[in-house]
Amino acid sequence: MTLADLNLQPTYAEIFVLGAACFILLLDLFLSERWRGLAATLSLATLVGAALITAFVSGVDVRVTAFNGMYVADPMGDLLKLFAYAAVGVSLLYSREYLAQRQLLRGEYYVLVLLALLGIMVIVSANSLLTIFLGIELMSLSLYALVAFNRESGVAAEAAMKYFVLGAIASGTLLYGISIVYGVTGTFSLDELAYVLRQGDVDNIGLLFGLAFIVVGVAFKFGAVPFHMWIPDVYHGAPTTVTLFLGSVPKIASFALAFRVLAYGLGGAQEAWTDMLTVLAVLSIVLGNVVAIAQTNIKRMLAYSTISHVGFILLGILAGTNEGYRAALYYTLVYVVMAVGSFGMILLLSRKGFEAEELDDFKGLNARSPWFAAVMLMFMFSTAGVPPFVGFFAKLYVIMAVIDQGMLWLAVVAVLFSVVGAFYYIRVVKLMYFDEPQDTSPLMAGASMRLVLSLNGLAVLVLGLMPGGLVDAVARALP
Amino acid sequence: MITLYHVLALSGVLFALSVAGIFLNRKNVILLLMCIELMLLSVNFNFIAFSRFLGDIGGQVFVFFILTVAAAESAIGLAILVVLFRQRRSINVEELNTMKG
Repeated sequence: MTLADLNLQPTYAEIFVLGAACFILLLDLFLSERWRGLAATLSLATLVGAALITAFVSGVDVRVTAFNGMYVADPMGDLLKLFAYAAVGVSLLYSREYLAQRQLLRGEYYVLVLLALLGIMVIVSANSLLTIFLGIELMSLSLYALVAFNRESGVAAEAAMKYFVLGAIASGTLLYGISIVYGVTGTFSLDELAYVLRQGDVDNIGLLFGLAFIVVGVAFKFGAVPFHMWIPDVYHGAPTTVTLFLGSVPKIASFALAFRVLAYGLGGAQEAWTDMLTVLAVLSIVLGNVVAIAQTNIKRMLAYSTISHVGFILLGILAGTNEGYRAALYYTLVYVVMAVGSFGMILLLSRKGFEAEELDDFKGLNARSPWFAAVMLMFMFSTAGVPPFVGFFAKLYVIMAVIDQGMLWLAVVAVLFSVVGAFYYIRVVKLMYFDEPQDTSPLMAGASMRLVLSLNGLAVLVLGLMPGGLVDAVARALP
Repeated sequence: MITLYHVLALSGVLFALSVAGIFLNRKNVILLLMCIELMLLSVNFNFIAFSRFLGDIGGQVFVFFILTVAAAESAIGLAILVVLFRQRRSINVEELNTMKG
């Protein structure tokens, strides 16, 4: 076997990100305090470089495998990766001032973010259960360290410990499931797995047993009820910049994980996992929306809102049709745009020595900055699913996919609890526009953050008014 | 004669013990880390057994990856534990409850 047989071209972007992360890690050792910002600039340059590679060098129109079938490049993977670069880039832009004000602006932060991104890219392109496992671990281990990044904060350490323990249980469960599936089918390759299951001569009980463990592992990573215990505490305890990262980009990986393993590899066992995902999706939508109402901390509120959105993504996947996968993919991408923006607003209101973590900190925002109150209004309406914002179309496509499969009751539950959920989003709008500000200091954020956050807010509106572009991109990704 | 089912039963028992250990343990975070390690090792047992009885080398390769990742995972877990201990002067699981809601 030669190097050419490995077909490295589809993995150039991953190799580039890995090399850049190692380079930044080394370079940071030799930088003086004055040059601290260089790591941030280089990380953004890395993202731009990776995006160029994915778009122009290793981008593909048809499915290509590499590393003897362990790795796959396809249009869906390229789309997810490009979105991941953009979301990471925006989250780094939002984070810089916050980190600098809290003496957290260190090279390690950026290296960990890049390594987590690398893990996400590996999951997105995985074509073997082994690759999936390695990608998940690379992402998760980086995220555990990021959550504990602020060593002065007891809450962050506690959140990191909870995340670590529950994440490790998730990995263990997923691995146990993988081992059983391996025992039943004798292969790790998702291609061969899909083939063997279509042939149908598989021990059904054994397969179901393994599948149940895999679904539990996937649900843990998604944060679907009843495996959601870590989400509120981790979102609450982590530094807000980490919450911004953790709450957005890994959802791309979770979607890819579910799509590659369940929809593709275990596609032959679809009937079995549809039932399991139905339970997870309904519980997530119901519990996420109801418990979010009781929150006073906006990070916790958004955490429960995430859980309900995960329910919607799972609804799209469990429909089991190409249309359903497209709807889930579209929902994931839209969710990432909205989540980055909503957590970005918390960073905008925070300043040195002050965390805008409580709902009350948004009171009277309109009096302090009418424009950013309007931006937050767009994020909240979009997340709630109010037309013409893009969140509405995301929900619409998912619900249409579910109805096409004759699962009307699921659609009814989803719509009912979206209405319940609208309450707590609109409460934020009410606080901003109709309450007196408790805190009248002007917003301190710099020009780049204001600009990007404004664009992010407008993106939610423009994508909603002209949904064609993103819908076409998703349709091309999943033909 | 030891059959595949004996090995699977053993690894299943080890896996169940580790999960029970994580959820029953209310005292010490280090015990949690030990249970996590036991969980990964019980999975390794499964892989080796299947690899042996299927006559396929892939399972043994997977085990090497799991062992490596488990080492990295313990390193991160212990590092977080050190940070936690510095802040709290305690590693009692029951005191990990400052966030509510």
